Amino acid sequence: MKKLLLGNAAVARGAYEAGVGVVASYPGTPSTEITEEIVKFDEIFAEWSPNEKVAGEVAIGASIAGARAMSCMKHVGLNVMADPVFTVSYTGVNGGLVFCVADDPGMHSSQNEQDSRHYAAASKIMMLEPADSSECKEFTKMAFTLSEKFDTPVFIRLSTRVSHSQSMVELCEPEDVKLKPYEKNIGKFVMMPANAVRRHVVVEDRIKALTEFAETTELNKIEENGSKIGVVSAGIAYMYAKEALGDAVDYLKLGMVYPMPVKKILDFAKKYDKVYVVEELDPVIENHLKSLGINCIGKDVFTLLGEYTPAMIKSAILGESAPECAEISEAIPVRPPVMCAGCPHRGTFYVLKKLGLVVSGDIGCYTLGAVAPLQSVDTTICMGASVSAAHGMAKARGAEFNKKLVSVIGDSTFMHSGITGLIDIVYNKGNNTVIILDNSITGMTGHQDNPTTGKTIRGEDTKQVDLLKLCQAVGIDHVVVADPFDVKNFEKVVKQEVNRNEPSVIIATRPCALLKGVKYTGHCTISDKCKNCKMCMRLGCPAITVKDGHVIIDATQCNGCGLCINVCPFGAIEKEE
Amino acid sequence: MATKNIMIVGVGGQGTLLASRILGNTVINEGYDVKVSEVHGMSQRGGSVVTYVKYGNEVFSPIIDRGEADIILAFELLEAYRALPYLKKGGKIIVNGQRIDPMPVITGAAEYPENIAEKIAEKADIKVIDALSLARDAGNIKAVNVVLIGVMAKSTDIAYDKWIETIKSTVPEKFLDVNLKAFSLGYNI
Repeated sequence: MKKLLLGNAAVARGAYEAGVGVVASYPGTPSTEITEEIVKFDEIFAEWSPNEKVAGEVAIGASIAGARAMSCMKHVGLNVMADPVFTVSYTGVNGGLVFCVADDPGMHSSQNEQDSRHYAAASKIMMLEPADSSECKEFTKMAFTLSEKFDTPVFIRLSTRVSHSQSMVELCEPEDVKLKPYEKNIGKFVMMPANAVRRHVVVEDRIKALTEFAETTELNKIEENGSKIGVVSAGIAYMYAKEALGDAVDYLKLGMVYPMPVKKILDFAKKYDKVYVVEELDPVIENHLKSLGINCIGKDVFTLLGEYTPAMIKSAILGESAPECAEISEAIPVRPPVMCAGCPHRGTFYVLKKLGLVVSGDIGCYTLGAVAPLQSVDTTICMGASVSAAHGMAKARGAEFNKKLVSVIGDSTFMHSGITGLIDIVYNKGNNTVIILDNSITGMTGHQDNPTTGKTIRGEDTKQVDLLKLCQAVGIDHVVVADPFDVKNFEKVVKQEVNRNEPSVIIATRPCALLKGVKYTGHCTISDKCKNCKMCMRLGCPAITVKDGHVIIDATQCNGCGLCINVCPFGAIEKEE
Repeated sequence: MATKNIMIVGVGGQGTLLASRILGNTVINEGYDVKVSEVHGMSQRGGSVVTYVKYGNEVFSPIIDRGEADIILAFELLEAYRALPYLKKGGKIIVNGQRIDPMPVITGAAEYPENIAEKIAEKADIKVIDALSLARDAGNIKAVNVVLIGVMAKSTDIAYDKWIETIKSTVPEKFLDVNLKAFSLGYNI
């Protein structure tokens, strides 16, 4: 049976058909839906782990115990997970072990556009790169087989347009995969120096064997059209090249991007007058070709930045220009993402902006607190950095600066890697104020449960981490819970906590407005008491705008959360049911 | 058949994803190869969203370049305007007449362009629909997406019943009546 599937859903399907037993991940765009789709198969144990390192280690443990296991993450998640990755390359596996990493060229929803292929070479782990949903499924299945055959973890590398495109997939029955026996093997699984020295030899031998495999595998395909131009490509860039160039060139499509073949590439390249390498982001394939002495054209004509398009490739290789199109003769406003109407974070940032505080920010919907008109957030680096970087800022600039400084971090991000920073503040005698934005869910990635929500990935009840007690337990004596929509009280609490000479935590509690259980009703309207002072406009709510010089509330955008009522100094905003 | 390129553009939260899924699943049932490219994550939060649906004998790239869209289905006026350069010569724009101010307009840093529909009409075949009113008539203003799919369906060669079949299999039971009504209001405009 054929079905239209998202690339991510196809990876999940492939893992299911390969008999995967355990899947552990942390959500991150564009990888999230893989694990969400896994949940649809009752026979697989799936979990949202607190962070990618934990998730990877859960999968590693499951593999050592004899099950086929997988962990999925976005590119920056692989940085968090990198520590075990480099060592599990040495130990190898028992049950097949797959790490699925999704890059985000063009940064649709990321803080950088790193190229994860470098990790494959750095950790000496083979990497497959599918180009559409059908390959997502097939390559994932193959990855488990190859993992066991070559005793290695296997990376699957996706990118946004592969993860988030739907295309046709042929569904098959799942294989009947039994747990492999667990046998104690200290020499293989205990990576202390004497054992690791021996395992490194195994790793280097394995890379040689995998390079041999790369010469003959069907994963690396040649398509001959009798052209004088040869194109080497992989993943989504291959699809763009096919669309742009059709039968006008010959192709070497690499389905296995690490390790790459040598002889196959040399034999291919020598047949052509010109060889192009088409790959998004870094010149990984190009550098391999150049190391083989091949005079190829890559980043000389293609950008290192962002996503490619077929038109770009057509122009660079065939010199054909894009089709004629209508141009817009005026500058038109951009539409950046904004916090939703009813977003609980809006109350927090309104207060922080009003108090003129330096805000050490983090990764989540609340990164949008940096966007006009709130423009409250000062820094965003990575998950957890809001807390530890603020500690560094305070140590660098001293007590007075610290009274103007807060960290903001979401509930899920705090669980991911905020808690260690908070422990650092306590241990090293900091006195920062950390605001945990507890909206009862992992928001940006589309509502995943986490250790603070009391539900598992399957929606089952579980123990809930008590943020208040947790902060107290690590040594924070001042923990205050406050509602960010009660702006007067919230402002009072923030002022009080930043002025303390001890560390403190404010838990700003209000659920995400998009959560099922959250029912705001009606919508707000502006009455004739309005003095047009535009205080409400400072909230940056998408429902509040100006028409003919007067503030109005767009009923189709407003969800009736009522935050604007709380900030209007003239009582001019009313609720209409 | 040559690949048909349809672009669905709008503002994050307007339901462009459901629209693209109804479209994708309908063309599959017609036996075409299809690719649908979606937007997830940060851009979904009230930003510009663009979804591509491509179908034909064999589709490679999931994205559509400038000058290549046969149809642009726009959920908002400014987004229709922004997408105009992607329209193929002789292509068609179907646009919901709704205006949603982006944050730079709200803050006064930019101005919402005047007379967008008229400006597009100078360069392309445009049909403006009051999808919000039709959705309200159907029973829920959130059904704007399905009203627009209805309008678009009329300009394809796929039969009415085929669309109804997909809607029945794509939309949750409790919203089915509203969506069927919304589709029919759009289709029969």
